[in-house]
Order: sequence, then structure tokens, then C-alpha cells
Amino acid sequence: MQEDESTIRKEVSNPDSMHSKEREGPSREQELMDNKAEEIQSDRIEGIYAASLRRKSLFVLAMLAISIIVFFLSLAFGSVDIPLTDVLRSIGHNIFPSWISMPEKEWYEVIVMNERLPRTLLCVLTGISLAAAGTVMQGLLRNPLVSPFTLGVSTAASFGAAITLVFGSTLFGSAFYLNFSFLGLPMTVKNILLVIMSFVFGMLSIIIVMKIAKKDASRSTLILSGVVIGYIFQAGISFSKYVSDDEALREITNWLMGGMWNATWSAIVILLPIVIICVIYLERLALDINSLSAGDEIAKNVGIDLEKLRKRGLVVSTLVTSACIGFTGVIGFIGLMAPHMCRMAIGNDVRYVLPASALLGSAILTGSDIVARIIIRPEQIPVGIILYLIGGLFFIWMVTQKQWGARL
Amino acid sequence: MGGQALKLEVENLRQGYGDNIVIDDISFSAGSGEMLSVLGPNGCGKSTLIKTLCNVHKPRSGSVFIDGEDTLRMDPRELAKLIGYVPQTMSSFGYSTVYDLVLIGRKPYVDWSYSQEDLRIAAQAMITMKVDCYAETDIQALSGGQRQRVYVARTLAQRPEFYIFDEPTSAFDLRNQLDTMRIMKSISHEQNACVIVALHDLNLAIRYSDRVLVLDDRSIYDIGRPEDVITSKMIEDVYGVTADIIEDEHGLYVRAFDSGRDDVADRV
Repeated sequence: MQEDESTIRKEVSNPDSMHSKEREGPSREQELMDNKAEEIQSDRIEGIYAASLRRKSLFVLAMLAISIIVFFLSLAFGSVDIPLTDVLRSIGHNIFPSWISMPEKEWYEVIVMNERLPRTLLCVLTGISLAAAGTVMQGLLRNPLVSPFTLGVSTAASFGAAITLVFGSTLFGSAFYLNFSFLGLPMTVKNILLVIMSFVFGMLSIIIVMKIAKKDASRSTLILSGVVIGYIFQAGISFSKYVSDDEALREITNWLMGGMWNATWSAIVILLPIVIICVIYLERLALDINSLSAGDEIAKNVGIDLEKLRKRGLVVSTLVTSACIGFTGVIGFIGLMAPHMCRMAIGNDVRYVLPASALLGSAILTGSDIVARIIIRPEQIPVGIILYLIGGLFFIWMVTQKQWGARL
Repeated sequence: MGGQALKLEVENLRQGYGDNIVIDDISFSAGSGEMLSVLGPNGCGKSTLIKTLCNVHKPRSGSVFIDGEDTLRMDPRELAKLIGYVPQTMSSFGYSTVYDLVLIGRKPYVDWSYSQEDLRIAAQAMITMKVDCYAETDIQALSGGQRQRVYVARTLAQRPEFYIFDEPTSAFDLRNQLDTMRIMKSISHEQNACVIVALHDLNLAIRYSDRVLVLDDRSIYDIGRPEDVITSKMIEDVYGVTADIIEDEHGLYVRAFDSGRDDVADRV
């Protein structure tokens, strides 16, 4: 300590000779060696970083592999189990009709192409959207417990969908059931309206959340507000259910539990471009979101327009989740589980966590849907129920973890 | 870097929250190669001034110029290459490693992926701050002093011309306080950068600063060389405390007494 201060005093009194090495005399060689040593050291540190990037990329690839495996399992299992070769044959036949023949049992092809493939694709798209949106929302609000579900976006979007189902025919008359053809696929005005109304109300909830977040709300305040926003929209949903007729009531009830009943090719055609564009957009924001991890002030200091970034990120996340929720109903907790698991595995770099958790989200949702289909075969249960269960337990585990004391 | 001599000029700056004006019409300047400490009692607006200089808050009125250019009119990214900020409170999100955090400093220079040069600069910043052995460690696992060094390394990686610190020593033990001061001093002298630091400890200010600025009652009480500004009279006027300035073989130091008056308690 004593030594330390006296060197400082020397430096202070004689600021021109700051380069201590020069003072030490004829040690040009020493200096070169120091430089070399530093270079080796920084090479080593860069090596650590390169290795961590490789590890992260490998993890993303592993998630890709898992989601592909689950994807094919989902095509094979259900009320009837179809051998994987026949699954591949069915798909192959539709892509190259002259090259690959139909499976021997031709109804397999019908099941795969008309039922399971659109259903599985809807699971994949929804899983990707919810998990990607969860990752981005957590990063933007610097809160590991936020997700489309815990911020009330899901419930709000459901409310939008519920009033469409109940009041759609009254408001739009026969136009509500109008069919038209798009890319050779039948589309209904109802489906389009579902997406739009889900988005409108999902946005409304996220606007409320942004207003709260602006006032420097603590992390738990934000989650509590999300829960309360959920209750408010839940009231609206209950009202819609109460005034609806029997047919609409059954539709809403099924739909609110979160399931894949609406899995049609037309749903996929609507969702696919939305999901692709939104997820790519969010991935491009990844590095900006990373700089938020050290706090708003540092993000501003490195030249980030925070308000703009938050607005854009949250709006696009909401768009992509509510579009999916418009078809599937409330699917909870994926946006919470998938990003958290990926962060535990590869750290906090959103550039890698986003694709990894999107793929993991797709695997979780598709996997849960397989369970939903085979647990009481030949009947099926809404996949939402399974996710409430797993997700709820996961949430409890998460908040009771010791290290969360510091992180919350 | 640091080759050019730049000047940061504050002109008629006014800042506040709501109806409460915290800083009223202050002007001063600071230049490359000097370390300027901002002193003053709690609530005098040190932090507010610091945050306004770094563009965390936009000024109520008045301007901050760098090399004659209004910082408000500058592209935020270009400004980020000039001003680096080390905040007083450090938050971090779970699972960020030290490397992740230091690389945030390179953000003004990259869009999506870091070049080899960015990684090298970040590595060197970690070596300078002696946190390279923690490169892969979760920030939350570090002690307060280590974390502070990581945040300084982040700012070093940004390679700014002006380093702005908000009370970097207030939470630290003696060792860490002196280390932090020495690091700031060497940044200003070796890199020919300008360091502006808000401080509480008058003794640290005397020992390390080239100039000190004393804020009191919304405006500048005095600015100049530490031995000229830090006087018994200033301490009496600004802090309401009686103090002796004593000189020994290590230089000047302040010894404060309880003034026996109660008006200090009325301060914010």
C-alpha cells in the first residue's frame, strides 16, 4: 500500500514521465517482451471467446436436431401410429409425385398431409414465436420472468379472439363466414379477423405494460401488472362466454384451453410469412438487446435509442405471438421456459439464445402436443393444459432458486 | 486514440426533474489529458450533472459541446465513441459473463457481429483492468470491487475520449478506492483522455485531480486546482463543516470536525 501511494505521488508530481518503463532505463527489450506477453495473453482470451461462440453455435444446432426429431415423431404418433417410412413417403409423394410412391395404406397419406403436417407446423410456428418473443421481452425489460403469457399479452389476445368468435357473425353478418381462395387454399374472413383482433388487443396490453415499465417499475411490479392485466381481459372473456350461444361457447371454451384444432393449411400460409419476418427482425435487434443487459444508462451510453428499441422489439414480439395465439388459443409458459433453459446452457447472448430458444420452444410445444394426442387415445386433450402444468411447476422452481435472490 | 486534444464545454446548462431545478445555468470546460473531479454535498446535483454530460438525460436548457459541436445534435453512435460512462449503480441481467459485458463497449462500432479487432480491444481492456481471468465468469458471481473493474473495462473497450465516472469509490474499501483513483489518473495521463469524476472524498480529490469543480446550491461554487479550491472556507460554506487543511510529507489532507451546527441535517 505504502509503495503504491508513493509511486502515485511521483506520477502526479511528474506527469510527463508517465511511462514507467522508460524511467526504468535501457529496457527496450523488456518492453518488447511485455508487448509480446500481452499479445499472447489477449490471444488466449480471444481464444476463450471463439470457443464460447463455437459452444453456443453447437447448442443451437443441437436444438435444431431435437426440434427436427420431435417434428417427425409428431407426424408419426397420434390416434393411429404411422411408421416413419410411411410418413416420409407421404411427404415425399406430395413433393415428387412421380419419384416417390404413396404409402401402401393410402389413408396414411391423408392423415399425414391433411391432419398431422399442418398441426405439427402450427406447433412449430407457435413454439418459435412464443419463445423468440419471450427472449426478446426478457432482454428488453431486463426481467427473466416476463413472457407473452406473464405480461398478459396472451390473455388480451385471447379476448380479442373471443369477441371475434362471439360477435363476429353479428357485426359482419354473412361476410364473417365468407370464403375466398388464396394460393389455392380456402381462407375465411373469420381466420383473418381472429389474427387482427388478437393483435389489436395484444398490443393494447403491451402498451399498458410499456407505460408501467417507463415509470421505472420494479421487476415484480411488472409481473404483477401483467397478471392483473390478464385478470381484466379474463373478465372480458368471461363476459363473451356468458352472452354467447352454445356453438360459440364450445368453440371459445376449447380455444381458450389452447389447442391445435384450427390447424389448417390456410392457417399455416397466413402465419408462416409473419413468423419468418418477425423472427428475423428480432434476431437483427439481438446485439442492441445485449447492450441493455448492463442497464439502461449503459445502453444509452453506447448510442442505443432505448425508447425506439423497446417499442419496436415489443411491438414485433406482440405481433408474432398474437398472430399465433389467434389460431391456437392460450399457450402458456413456453416464452418463459425455453429462453430460461437456453440461458442456463449458453449464457445471455441474445444472438444465440434467440434461435436456440425458438427451436427449443418449438420442440417443447410439439412434444407436448404429441402427449396431448396419445395420453387418452383415441381422444385428445388440449395441449394448453399440459403446458399450464409443466410451465406452472417450472415457474415455481424458477422463483424458488437461490441465485434468483440476486437476479430478481 | 487520444492523440487529438479535445475540449468538452458546458454552456449555461440547466437541469432538473419536474419543477425541481437541480442545476441552474452552469458553464465550465474540461480537456484531454486532465482529470476533473466534481465535488459537492449530497443532493447538490453531481449525479445529475454527470448524467447530463453523458446524454443519459437531455439538458433542460443550455448545451454540452465537444470540439465545438453540440452533443445533442450528434449521431448517438458517434457520441458514444467520444463519451464513456461508468454509472454508480451497476445492474446486470442473469447469466451475462464478464466478456459479454465488456464487449458491450464495442457496440458503437458494430452492428451484429464483432470483428477480430473488437475482440482484441475487449481482451486488452480486461487485461488492463485485471479481470481477464474472469472472462468466462458470471458477473453476478463477482465481488463489488471486481464488478466495478469490469464496468471500467467495458468503458475502456469503448475507447472514448472522455471518461465520465459517477462516484466510483463510494461503495468501496480503501484498497479499491485507491486502485480506482489510480486507474482513472492513468487513463487521463497515459491515454491523454479526459476524466470527469463525481467524488465524495475530498482527500481523494486533492490527491488525484488536476482540477476540481465544487457544486453548491445549483451552481458552481468554485473551479480550479485542488489546492486552491479545497480550503477551510469552501468546506465551511458548502458542507457546513469546520475543517483544517493540513500539509505533511504526502501533501495536503482535509481533517473535518463536527461543526456543532444542525443545519446539515436539513439537506436532502
